[in-house]
Amino acid sequence: MGVIAIQETPLHVLAVDDSNIDRKLIERLLKTYSYHVTAVDSGSKALEFLGLQDVENFQSFSSNQETDVNLIITDYCMPGMTGFELLRKIKESKSLKDIPVVIMSSDNIPARISRCLEEGAQEFFLKPVRLSDVDKLRPYLSKNERKTTNDDDDDDNDDGDDDVEGWSDEDEQGRSDEDERGQAVSMDQSS
Amino acid sequence: MHRQVANVRKSLFDQGYLDEQFIQLEELQDNSNPNFVEEVVTLFYRDSARFLSNLDQALEKRSLDFGKLDSLMHQFKSSSTSIGAKKVKSECTQFRNYCNARNAEGCKRTFQNVKKEYTILRKKLEAYFQMSRQVGPTETACRPSSRLVMPIVPLYLYLFTSLKQQTSYTDDVLLLLHTAINSGVTS
Repeated sequence: MGVIAIQETPLHVLAVDDSNIDRKLIERLLKTYSYHVTAVDSGSKALEFLGLQDVENFQSFSSNQETDVNLIITDYCMPGMTGFELLRKIKESKSLKDIPVVIMSSDNIPARISRCLEEGAQEFFLKPVRLSDVDKLRPYLSKNERKTTNDDDDDDNDDGDDDVEGWSDEDEQGRSDEDERGQAVSMDQSS
Repeated sequence: MHRQVANVRKSLFDQGYLDEQFIQLEELQDNSNPNFVEEVVTLFYRDSARFLSNLDQALEKRSLDFGKLDSLMHQFKSSSTSIGAKKVKSECTQFRNYCNARNAEGCKRTFQNVKKEYTILRKKLEAYFQMSRQVGPTETACRPSSRLVMPIVPLYLYLFTSLKQQTSYTDDVLLLLHTAINSGVTS
């Protein structure tokens, strides 16, 4: 009798967005891939959910708590804590820094995109997010364990690693030229 | 009536009220999320009421805070973009351009256009959804395969009863299949 390895728990994605509509959308998109989704409307709620105590506004972190979140996808522009600030806090936390983080934004600002990627975001999606974007999350969610950015343990994941580093310039620029989403954003200087 | 719904839907795209994003929403609608599009659009109405009211208030101030106006409009534009509200989105962009230029008159004038386009779109969408509901859930923008399911059910029953009677039914089956497929496809 053969043994079939079945993933016991669905992969868990934490979605962070202050917009009701975008939260509903991202939740629906993620559920298409059968991910388990928790959606919150602020960075501080996200950190709370991830088990970080609000000690001096998340300056110090409680590393006791284990979280089962496999990926965090967050909007950039949010009142209070921005998506970038949330990303930074996650990367500064010993217990959370290995969770892949994806940023979403309706503004196509190259400087913003580079800053997020430099800070450790795996991907940067332009809104409105589509199924084809969510499809790109699969390398980060392909295993039960969290996939790290410098993960060399996964022998069969060499192609996946290429995808991790593979945010391509052409992709984003192609979008801004042809895609409606990129239009008229060069004038928007809001952060 | 089915064709009417399809025509109304098509005109919303042809006349530039809706863009590709609306189709993305439709594609996320299925049997387990049968009212997804309408749910999202209803959320949009609710949020829009709040955003537009905030903008109205902010524009009444004697000295305009362009940073705040831009930020408020960013939220509304974001929502509009997420449902594919093409004309509304375009007016929002105009508004933000005037904010950046610190042009108070431009902002106020454009805001009237924003509200106008929003009102027009809302009316059209409400009419469209009402029409779709009257026609029946299988006729709205759903995956085509679901339209074939309904006529096929009576076909199975016929096959079953024919088998029991052991009559020669091949020709009848072919005719029924042909009719069922045709009625499922034309709508």
